[in-house]
Amino acid sequence: MSTTEKVGAEAGTFVDQRLGSNKWLGKNLKKVFPDHWSFMLGEIALYSFMVVLITGVFLTLFYKPSLVEVVYEGSYVPLKGIYMTEAYATTLDISFDVRGGLLIRQMHHWSALIFVAAISVHLFRVFFTGAFRKPREMNWVIGVGLLVLALGAGFSGYSLPDDLLSGTGLQIARGIAQAIPIIGTWAAFLLFDGQFPGVDFMSRLYMVHILLIPGLIIALITVHLMMVWYQKHTQFPGQGRTNENVVGYPLLPVYMAKAGGFFFIVFGIITMLSGLVNINPVWIFGPYTPDQVTAGTQPDWYIGWLDGALRVMPNWETVAFGFTVSWNILIPAVIIPGIIFTAMAFYPFLEAWATGDKREHHLLDRPRNAPVRTGIGVMSIVFYGLLWLGGGNDLVATTFNLSINAITWFLRIGLFVLPPLAFIITKRTCLSLQRRDREKLLHGYESGRVLRLPHGEFVEVHEPLGNKEKAILMAKLDSEQTPIALPQKTDANGVKNKRYRIEMLRARLSGFYFADTIAPPTLEEIEAGQAHVAHEAALEAPLHEYEETHYVNVPFHGGVLHEEGAPMTNAEALEVTRHKD
Amino acid sequence: MGLVLLLLALGVVGGVYGVATTTPSSADAALVGDQTQIEEGRRLYLEGCSSCHGLNAEGAASGPTLIGVGAASVHFQVATGRMPLAAPGAQAPVKKDIYSSEEVLAMAAYIASLAPGPAIPTAEQIDYTDADVAEGGVLFRINCAQCHQAAGQGGALTQGKYAPSLMEASPQEIYEAMLTGPQNMPIFNDKTLPTEEKQAVIAYIMELQEAPSPGGLSLGRLGPVVEGLFLWTAVFAALIGAAVWIGIRAR
Repeated sequence: MSTTEKVGAEAGTFVDQRLGSNKWLGKNLKKVFPDHWSFMLGEIALYSFMVVLITGVFLTLFYKPSLVEVVYEGSYVPLKGIYMTEAYATTLDISFDVRGGLLIRQMHHWSALIFVAAISVHLFRVFFTGAFRKPREMNWVIGVGLLVLALGAGFSGYSLPDDLLSGTGLQIARGIAQAIPIIGTWAAFLLFDGQFPGVDFMSRLYMVHILLIPGLIIALITVHLMMVWYQKHTQFPGQGRTNENVVGYPLLPVYMAKAGGFFFIVFGIITMLSGLVNINPVWIFGPYTPDQVTAGTQPDWYIGWLDGALRVMPNWETVAFGFTVSWNILIPAVIIPGIIFTAMAFYPFLEAWATGDKREHHLLDRPRNAPVRTGIGVMSIVFYGLLWLGGGNDLVATTFNLSINAITWFLRIGLFVLPPLAFIITKRTCLSLQRRDREKLLHGYESGRVLRLPHGEFVEVHEPLGNKEKAILMAKLDSEQTPIALPQKTDANGVKNKRYRIEMLRARLSGFYFADTIAPPTLEEIEAGQAHVAHEAALEAPLHEYEETHYVNVPFHGGVLHEEGAPMTNAEALEVTRHKD
Repeated sequence: MGLVLLLLALGVVGGVYGVATTTPSSADAALVGDQTQIEEGRRLYLEGCSSCHGLNAEGAASGPTLIGVGAASVHFQVATGRMPLAAPGAQAPVKKDIYSSEEVLAMAAYIASLAPGPAIPTAEQIDYTDADVAEGGVLFRINCAQCHQAAGQGGALTQGKYAPSLMEASPQEIYEAMLTGPQNMPIFNDKTLPTEEKQAVIAYIMELQEAPSPGGLSLGRLGPVVEGLFLWTAVFAALIGAAVWIGIRAR
């Protein structure tokens, strides 16, 4: 035993004697994780959140969440002698007078943007592969909660520097609070402690940003990961992978090395990015005062879609009983996000109910094998993307010499037309891909080898599939479902079905999900088809396809040197061998 | 004989004219420039501008009247290439200036001779060396940023109109723009924004033009939209590339 091993063993024993941890560790360090690059997207979110925490601690040492007015006397000349809040002044100090402060501030901001973006791509992966299905619905809901918290964390952070962008964003947030019927005005007073911008608001927001939301995020991340641990990670279909096993690498040493290495890669990318690329130059935007605003005022990217919804919304208002209902703010800023996040959280339950699928799923779906779900996903992304475009409408207008009014109208119509179109195109594309999979399973893949047969016909040789690919394509056989049968109004005894309407809705939804599908071939068909492919290819391949040369450089069937008097085709050759026997 | 007489007559006229212009009869004459310049300006005006603004600058359906817009306005519009307009559109874009500076001044002199208007600012007026940059920043954010954006990068207005970027603007152009309110811009006359304040604004814009980006690559100083675009393209290409690289051995 080397010294290192000795020390390690002693330390292990010391801890084990006090905590009894060796048994647990021995079992869990060997835990197997399946491997795929897309399983690391969630890790990007985790690691960028760690960077946010680390850099955030540094920033709290220098930032003061105070709206007390001070005269700036720091080293940034174009703002010298200007009245500003202490919050803004300390942000400038961090940027210009604290050693390494600007780098840390930029790291904090960039990693926050990456955090939300990584959550989004992780969510795409989970959605499109059906990883949210039973038994993982609860973890999906937690994930949606984390996304909402991340948006809150981001927006509260965006508002802290108290520069012109922060203040304008808060002004809009206040407008949104006020637009809520009945309680709106009082909710705004409660949040801002009276009139905007008030004097106490920044310290409240600071508490939300550095204590409340991060605390909730850490708690939910812990539960999120514990559930992944307990339920085990899903895996893509493939050779040797079933719904009952997990094929992959053990946590120690393989997965730990990979995950640990990836943490440093993410950290490194964020640091390099923050050292090279400027983000949120607060000194350019200047201190916030309610009478100022700048063109091109936008929130960070993850709030952009809400800003876009506000921008494209027509100016509708209703006055009823002396009260104004501001639909122009209420719909885009409260109702639409409310519907979207609720639908998102409930989607796994909705799909399970509609499809009647109560099985556990540990094998992921290939997106093409769930055309309706994939279509819904792409449709949502297109809807989101259009709102996003609306958020940057002024920059789109100036960059492409367009009229901002034309963009607004394009979006108002496009938001209703383009997402359904995206749904249809995606669904058809998925079905086409399914059709190709079916062809492959039945007839093998097109080898690209074109042969001319003795009688002059040209054929392309199909090769039988390899086992790996076959296993992936065969996964459709397991995931295939048929729509729920339409309910009867009365049963065999003539008793009226009380749940007829709801069952009808369910059957319709189930049809919506499953009616359009390319039925995969049965196992027998596949066997027969593949055997046929191999047989045909062998039989029909002529033996003297390269007559001029004296060797054949194709390693497949049919590649046999032709000699004088030898049979001309495989069929003849088979005849000859048969006679010999 | 006739030729000699003609030359003589021309010489006398020229001499008298020269005397008349070197000793201005009134302050107005000095302001509008000499008669040859005005004549030259009128010739250029008839050639390049009158089809839209009318033969006597009285305006027409396709162009507003230029009587009383002043030399500063002409200089701003023509020297930046905005006028003559290449094609009707939401707004006159900046393009290559086709006139020499003498020609621009001649046209300015012609328009100024029609009616009094804001004159081209003097070198003294646009001298911003003693101006307060910080005060200029405050004035810029109050008066200019809502259209030209806090960093002076420009922004969109309605119906395809826009506030242009100020990154290429010279102090003289900025001063003239404030004075005359070209296109959709309001006029900031000396009552709303005295000369010293105009100089402060110019100083701040010059600061914006020259300022380095202490935080690294500035991404055009266009704010969160460009930052988000950069994140979703370059940064995510790197992050996902790294994830694929790490996950590549597994299948």
